Amino acid sequence: MDNVKAIVLRAAGINCDLETEQALRLAGAEAERIHINRLMAEPALLDGVQILVFPGGFSYGDDVAAGKILANQVVHHLRDILHRFVEQGKLVLGICNGFQVLIKTGLVPGLRSDAAALATDYPATLTDNDCGRFEDRWIYLQPGTERCVFLEPNRRIFLPIAHGEGKIVARDPLTLARLRDEGYVAFRYVDADGCRGAFPVNPNGSDDDIAALTDPTGRVLGMMPHPERFVRLTQHPHWTRLKEREGFGDGMTIFNNAVKYVREHF
Amino acid sequence: MRQWRFEITPKAGFADVHGHGVLEDIRQLGIASVEAVHSARVYLIEADFDEAFAERVGRELLADTVCQDYFIGRRAVNTGQQPTTLIEVHLKSGVTDPVAESVLAALKDMGAAAVESVRTARKFVLVGAITDEQRDTIARRALANDCIEEVIYGADAEPPNPHTRPYELTLTEMPVRNLDDEGLVRLSKEKDLFLNLREMQTIREHYRTIGREPTDVELETLAQTWSEHCVHKTLKSSVEMDLNGQTYHFKNLLKETVFKGTQDLNKEWCISVFVDNAGVIEFDEDTAICFKAETHNRPSALDPYGGAATGIGGVIRDSMGTGMGAKPIANTDVFCFGRPDMKLEDVPKGVLHPRRVMKGVVAGVRDYGNRMGIPTVNGAVYFDDRYLANPLVFCGSIGIMPRDKCFKNAQSGNLIVVVGGRTGRDGIHGATFSSGEITHEHETIFSHAVQIGNAITEKKALDTLLQARDAGLYEAITDCGAGGLSSAVGEMGAELGAEVDLEKVPLKYMGLSYTEIWISEAQERMVIAVQPEKLDAIMAIFAAEDVDATVIGRFTDDKKLTLRYNGVQVGQLDMDFMHEGICKYDRKAVWTTPRIVEPSLAAKGDYGDDLLKILSSYNVASKEWIIRQYDHEVQGASVIKPLGGVTNDGPSDAAVLRPKFDSDKGFAVACGMNPCYGDIDPYWMALAGIDEAIRNLICVGTRFDRIALLDNFCWGDCTDPETLGALVRACQACYDGAMGYGTPFISGKDSLNNAFVRDDGKRISIPHTLLISAMGIVEDVNRCVTMDVKQAGNLLFVVGLTKNELGGSHYYRIYDHLGATVPTVDIKVAAETAKRMSRAIAQGLVCACHDCSEGGLAVALAEMAFSGGLGIEADLRGLPTADDCVKTDAQLFAESNSRYIVEVSPNNYHAFAEWMLNLPFGQIGQVTDDKRLKILDRKQITVIDQPLDTLKAAWQNPLSL
Repeated sequence: MDNVKAIVLRAAGINCDLETEQALRLAGAEAERIHINRLMAEPALLDGVQILVFPGGFSYGDDVAAGKILANQVVHHLRDILHRFVEQGKLVLGICNGFQVLIKTGLVPGLRSDAAALATDYPATLTDNDCGRFEDRWIYLQPGTERCVFLEPNRRIFLPIAHGEGKIVARDPLTLARLRDEGYVAFRYVDADGCRGAFPVNPNGSDDDIAALTDPTGRVLGMMPHPERFVRLTQHPHWTRLKEREGFGDGMTIFNNAVKYVREHF
Repeated sequence: MRQWRFEITPKAGFADVHGHGVLEDIRQLGIASVEAVHSARVYLIEADFDEAFAERVGRELLADTVCQDYFIGRRAVNTGQQPTTLIEVHLKSGVTDPVAESVLAALKDMGAAAVESVRTARKFVLVGAITDEQRDTIARRALANDCIEEVIYGADAEPPNPHTRPYELTLTEMPVRNLDDEGLVRLSKEKDLFLNLREMQTIREHYRTIGREPTDVELETLAQTWSEHCVHKTLKSSVEMDLNGQTYHFKNLLKETVFKGTQDLNKEWCISVFVDNAGVIEFDEDTAICFKAETHNRPSALDPYGGAATGIGGVIRDSMGTGMGAKPIANTDVFCFGRPDMKLEDVPKGVLHPRRVMKGVVAGVRDYGNRMGIPTVNGAVYFDDRYLANPLVFCGSIGIMPRDKCFKNAQSGNLIVVVGGRTGRDGIHGATFSSGEITHEHETIFSHAVQIGNAITEKKALDTLLQARDAGLYEAITDCGAGGLSSAVGEMGAELGAEVDLEKVPLKYMGLSYTEIWISEAQERMVIAVQPEKLDAIMAIFAAEDVDATVIGRFTDDKKLTLRYNGVQVGQLDMDFMHEGICKYDRKAVWTTPRIVEPSLAAKGDYGDDLLKILSSYNVASKEWIIRQYDHEVQGASVIKPLGGVTNDGPSDAAVLRPKFDSDKGFAVACGMNPCYGDIDPYWMALAGIDEAIRNLICVGTRFDRIALLDNFCWGDCTDPETLGALVRACQACYDGAMGYGTPFISGKDSLNNAFVRDDGKRISIPHTLLISAMGIVEDVNRCVTMDVKQAGNLLFVVGLTKNELGGSHYYRIYDHLGATVPTVDIKVAAETAKRMSRAIAQGLVCACHDCSEGGLAVALAEMAFSGGLGIEADLRGLPTADDCVKTDAQLFAESNSRYIVEVSPNNYHAFAEWMLNLPFGQIGQVTDDKRLKILDRKQITVIDQPLDTLKAAWQNPLSL
C-alpha cells in the first residue's frame, strides 16, 4: 500500500512528538499527533493506521517511575486495542520514554504474548542509570537480532541518548538468557569499532549492553536512543568534520524500514 | 476508610541512588559519622480497597518489582549493631503533591474503589551515631525544604494532618494617613514591603488626597508594582555622574544609554524591543524569534534546586507570554558561584556551601528544562568567592512565533482567564524580597519566597495555549511572574482597568486570604484575555488535555483595578497611580579609575605549567559535567551543539539551531561575561562582554548584520555612589558597543542590591556583573564552522591584535594578581574584523574558527588542538601584536579582545588573506599529525611543548564531579 499512516501518541509531559512526526513524514508516512485522551475516547482512530509511536518525554512527570503512569493508563484502557493492533501485523515503536512505557506494559519484550500478560510481572525493566543522573551523549548501536523489522541486521548506527532511567535490567538470569538467546535484543551499545565496553560505551550500565528490545513478532521495538534526533546530517555532533555531507542521518533507517515494511505487507 | 501505607525500597543488589545522594550531601555538611543512608519512598493512601487490592497496588503500580520491593505498613528498621536515626519528610499541609495526583489518577485507572486521598513522603534511615543537633542540621540542610516540607523523627511520629482550614473573609486596613516618617518606615519593614521612606510618603499623600486608608491588598500591590524587581527604579532614575572629576547628567540612565543605542540604530528587523516580556526580532518572512534572560538569584541562594527550577520555568513563561505567545525552542544558563572547593568553616552562617548551591542549581535547571522538552544549548559558569552568599543564576529562553502574532491587544469586556497552575502560598513576597539586601537571618524569614515548580503543569499549559493561539481564541497573554496575578493583570489592564473576583482563583489548598491569592507567585500560571463569545471554544481546548483554566474577572474601561472577594470590594487602585505614581529619583554616582599596580612577573623558559594551571582553573575548565545533564538536542533542531570536536567533548563557541523543519536558515546564541575586568574598569568589562558575545557568534558563521543583544546587570548596593558609578560606566559601554557594532539591545533585566551582611556585620558585595547574551541569524546552517582543527597541514592564522593587556587575566589570577592593563576594545577595528570574518566564513574559506578569550592565545590553541585530536605547531613571530606587547607571557596569555584563531586550508590561503587585507592578522602556525601543542617564542625557543592528552586532562578533570 502507498498510504502509510502513523500516529504519534501525545500525553502530559511528552515532548519529542513534533520531531518524531517529522521523521515519519520524511520517511514517507502520513503522520499525526494524537493525545491519549482522544485515543481513549475514539479507539477507532487506530483503524486505518499501521504504525503507532510512543515518543520521548517525561510522561506525567515520570511520577512513581519513568513511563509508569502512562503505562498503567495504557494497560487499563488500551490493552485489548493495542494487542489487536500488533496481532493485525502492525508496528509499534517506543522511543526513550516511549520504550519505558512499552517495557512497563510488558509489550516489549512480550515474552508472554497473551493480552493478560501486560502490566504485571513484566520480565525486564528500565531503571536509574548507574551514573545516577540524566545524560545526553552520542553512542553507537550494533543490531543484535535479525527478527526486528525496524533495523538492518548488519548496520551499526550512531544516535544520541538523553535519559536518567535507561538501564535495562532483566528480572532474573534466566530471563536475560532468553532475551539474549532468542533474538529479543534489537540493539546493543558498542564503540565506533563495534566493540562492547564499560561506561561511556555502555552509558547506563544496562544488562548485556542492551539498548533496545523487540518482541516475538519483531514488529514492536522499544529503544532508549533517539532516532528522530538524527535524520539530517547537520544533527551529527561533529558533522563539520565529516567528508561525506550528503544523505540522511542514521536515525532515518528506523523510520524508513518501518514505512517500507508497511508498504510491502499491507 | 482505611489508611494504607506503602514503603518502596531498592531490591538487594540495586543501588539506592537517592540514599547515596543524601549521604554525599551529609558528608559535605561536615558530618562524618553517618556511614550509610537508606531511602524509601512512602505512599499514604486513604481508600476503601481490601488487602488483595492493596497487594496489587504495591506490585503493579507503586513498585517496579524487577528492582524494587514494596512493604505494606511501617517497615521496622533493622538496627543491628549500629545506632540508626529514622527521618521522614512529608509535605506540609496543603502543599501540592504532583506525584500523589498521578497516583490518584492511576488508582482510578486500576479500578480502585473510593480513594479519599493520596500523599507521598520520603523516609531515610541514617546509620551511624549523630547528635540531635546534627540530626536537625541534616534534616534541614540535606533532606527537607522548610518552606514546603515537614520533618518527623522516629517510627511512632504521626505525619502532618493533610487538611487545612477554610478562609473566612476579614477585611484588613493598614492606616497610613496619620503615620509619621518613623511609622511609615516601621510599617514597610514589619510587612516586608521593601518600600523606602519616599515611596511610603508618596503613598501616604495619595491616601490623604483620596480621603481613606489603604487596605492590605492595596499596599501589597503597590509594593510589588514599585519593587526594584518590577520597575527598575535605579536604572531609570536621573543620575549625576562624576567620572574622574568630569560631570555627566542623565535624566533617565537606561533611556539615555542602553535604550538609546537601540533607538538610534532603529533596525528594521527589530520587531518589539524593551516593551514585552522578551525582545522580538525577525527570523524570516513569516517568523519571528524572541529572547529574554532573567535572574533568579535570591531564591537560588535559599533553595538552589527549587530556585533555579523556577528560574528557568519563569523565563520560559516569558517566551510563552511574549506577543500572542511564542513557542520556547532553546534555553540558556549562566551561573556565578563561590569556589566549589571552599573550606566548610569559611562559609558564613546562613549561607549554603557553593558546591551544594552549584549541584542544586544545575539539577534544578536540568529537571525543569528537560521536562519542558526545551534544549539548554548555551551557558557559562563563573567562580569568584564574592558570589558565595549571592550566587547568580541567569536563565534565558528563546521562542519562535508567527510574524503576525507579535503583538497583543486586550480590550475592555475581555474576560480574564488564568491558565495552568493553581495558586498557593508559595512565592509570596518574591518580587520585594529579590529587591532588597539579604542578611543571614533571611534564610528562615524568607523561605516562603521560594516558589515550587512543576514542569509538567507548564508543559500542558504550553501545549494547549499554542493550539488556542493558532485558532485565534484569545486577545492577549502574559505570564504570572514576579508579582503574580497582581503584576499580570495590572500590566495587561494598565490602559483599561480590570475587576477580579479573587475567590474564583483556583487554589492548591484552602485557607488563603484574598491578599495571599492576589500576590502569590505560585508557578506555571498564565493570564489571557478572552472575548466572551470565544470562551466555550477555548475552554474545550484546555479541558481536552486536563489543563485548569478559570475566568477570574474582566477588563473594564474605568482605568481602575478593582478587587473583590465573595462580592465584597477588598481593594481599588487607580491604574495611573499604580504605574506612574512612583517617585523619581535623583542619584549621585562617582567613578574614579583605581590606581592598581601592574605586577611584573619574571620571564621564563617554559610556560607549560602555567598553561596547564589556567586550563585547570574553574572558569576555563570543561563544563561537560553540567552540559551533559541538560538535554541539548530535544526538538531536533541543534546544528552546533555545546560540545563538539572529534570525540564530542570540545567547547563550542556558540550554539546554532535550525528551528524550522523546512528551512536551512538558523540562529546562533552565545554569551560574554568578565566580572574580573570590572574590578579594574566596568566600562571595559562591558565592552569586553559585548565583543566576546559577538565574537562567539561570528566564529560559528553568524551574519554580522543580524545580531541582537540582551543585558543582565547584577550589581551591589546602588545607593552607594561608587557602586552606581560602576553601573553607569557599564551602561555607557553598552551604548558605545551597540552603536559601534550595529547590534541593538532588545531586552534586559537588572538585579541590584546583591550584597550580604554576615552575622559578624561584615558586608560582602558581588563583583559588578554584566551578562551579555547575543543571538544572531545564520543564513545557511550548512555553512557553519566549529572550533576544532580539522586537518593536518592546514594553516593557522590569528586575526586581531594582541596587546600588552594582562590585567584581569587568568594568567595573573593563578599568581593572585589583578593587574591594571585591562583588555580594551578598538570598536571600529573590532566591528570591521567581525564583519570580514563573518564574510570569510560564509564564503567557505574557513575550516575552524575559535574565539580567543579567557586564558588567551595559548588556551585557545590548546582547546582547538585537543578538540580536533590533532597537534598544533605555533610560532609567535607570526602573531600580530601591538608595539608594547613584547613579553612572551603577554603574547601567550593576554586576553585582548576582537581576536579569532582561524584554520584555513593551504589552497584557500590567498582568498582568505585577501578578505583580511588591512586588518591585523598573521599566520601563526599549522596543524600537525603529532598529538602535541608546541609553541616557539620570537627567539625560536620552545616555550610550550605538551602532549594533547595532558592538556585535555588538565582541562577536563577539575569539574568532573
